[in-house]
Amino acid sequence: MYTILVFTLIVLVGAYFAGLLGSLTGLGGGVVVIPLLTLGFGVDFHYAIGAALVASIATSSGSASAYVKEGITNIRLGMFLEIATTVGAVVGATIAIFLNSDIIAIIFGLVLIFTSAMSLRKKGIEHHVEGSPLAKRLKLFGTYPTKEGMKSYNLTNVVPGFLVMLVAGATSGLLGIGSGALKVLAMDSAMKVPFKVSTTTSNFMIGVTAAASAVVYLQRGYIDPGIAFPIVIGVLMGSLSGAKLLKKIDVKVLRLIFTFAILAVAINMIYNGILGKF
Amino acid sequence: MKNSIKKVFADRDIQQFIGKQLRWGVIISCSIALLGGLYYLFAHGAEQTPNYSRFSGEPMSYTTLTGIMKGVFSLRARNIIQLGVVVLLATPILRVFFSLLAFVKEKDWMYVIITTIVLGIIIFSMTSGVKI
Repeated sequence: MYTILVFTLIVLVGAYFAGLLGSLTGLGGGVVVIPLLTLGFGVDFHYAIGAALVASIATSSGSASAYVKEGITNIRLGMFLEIATTVGAVVGATIAIFLNSDIIAIIFGLVLIFTSAMSLRKKGIEHHVEGSPLAKRLKLFGTYPTKEGMKSYNLTNVVPGFLVMLVAGATSGLLGIGSGALKVLAMDSAMKVPFKVSTTTSNFMIGVTAAASAVVYLQRGYIDPGIAFPIVIGVLMGSLSGAKLLKKIDVKVLRLIFTFAILAVAINMIYNGILGKF
Repeated sequence: MKNSIKKVFADRDIQQFIGKQLRWGVIISCSIALLGGLYYLFAHGAEQTPNYSRFSGEPMSYTTLTGIMKGVFSLRARNIIQLGVVVLLATPILRVFFSLLAFVKEKDWMYVIITTIVLGIIIFSMTSGVKI
């Protein structure tokens, strides 16, 4: 076994790259942190989820801060959908406590496959929708800054979007990941929110969603300071460097490689889960 | 028209405030965790890593606020890290609370209700957690 110093340093470096890749590809650090801890270090799934949840609060709050100030985030839309994600998160976290690690691993693998499939999808399609009456009543319309000035938008399919958000919250509470892919599916595909707004609003919501389930993990004793420390600091530093790098390099190829790497990890997770190795 | 201009300005203020609050929450919590973490490495770095492969449950001193604070006051490194974690958890929750105040100020009662529901769910989650 390692000493605490060696363990902390290796996890810190791993978490740094997890945060870096997570922010470059837009998938979030959780999808790397959990395989790193469980497959790489044999850490119990529940500890890994606890640490990943805390890390996702740090990264999402950090980047949400900038987007909120620029006025891209739709605060009302986020707040309304947070009803769904927080309910889902509490339910997900409660279920996670009763599931054994092998089953969580299999679910994690399946969600990873879905996430990588979603990230290959075409992005940034412009929507032009008449807002639905419910969306208007809830004041979910908004404006966001573009190169040509402020642009206003409307949205639709509030109920289907809300339901997908329930599932997104539950996977987040169950697996400790941001479930960005599901959130974007709800807002972008169902509700027809402009891509820039849906990604930043999704990011804004991750913090509250993760906090709702993290308090359950904390009280249950699944958040260990010895793991949380290197994971939180590493992922945060990594995602800060990622955000800076993103402005300079083209990440198309990286995104593609990463997607296939995630797919390989997913298959590994499911395989080990079925064999009962966790 | 005048009303909508006013609304945009009010929204601007809220956005600026929430943006700042989130950033400072992250800076403060991570500084505490980093400080505690460095102290942890300094004091315990040479010890064997605890067995994380099997979940054994954390003692009360890491799972309740009073337990964590007691440890912080007796300068235990792991408790200082855990305090950083708690401040980090509080950051988005405080954000919801400040949004609630902002909606009250704007007299947007529908969103006062929506935000109260979100806050209620989180408080329910905090208080219903079964202790080991």
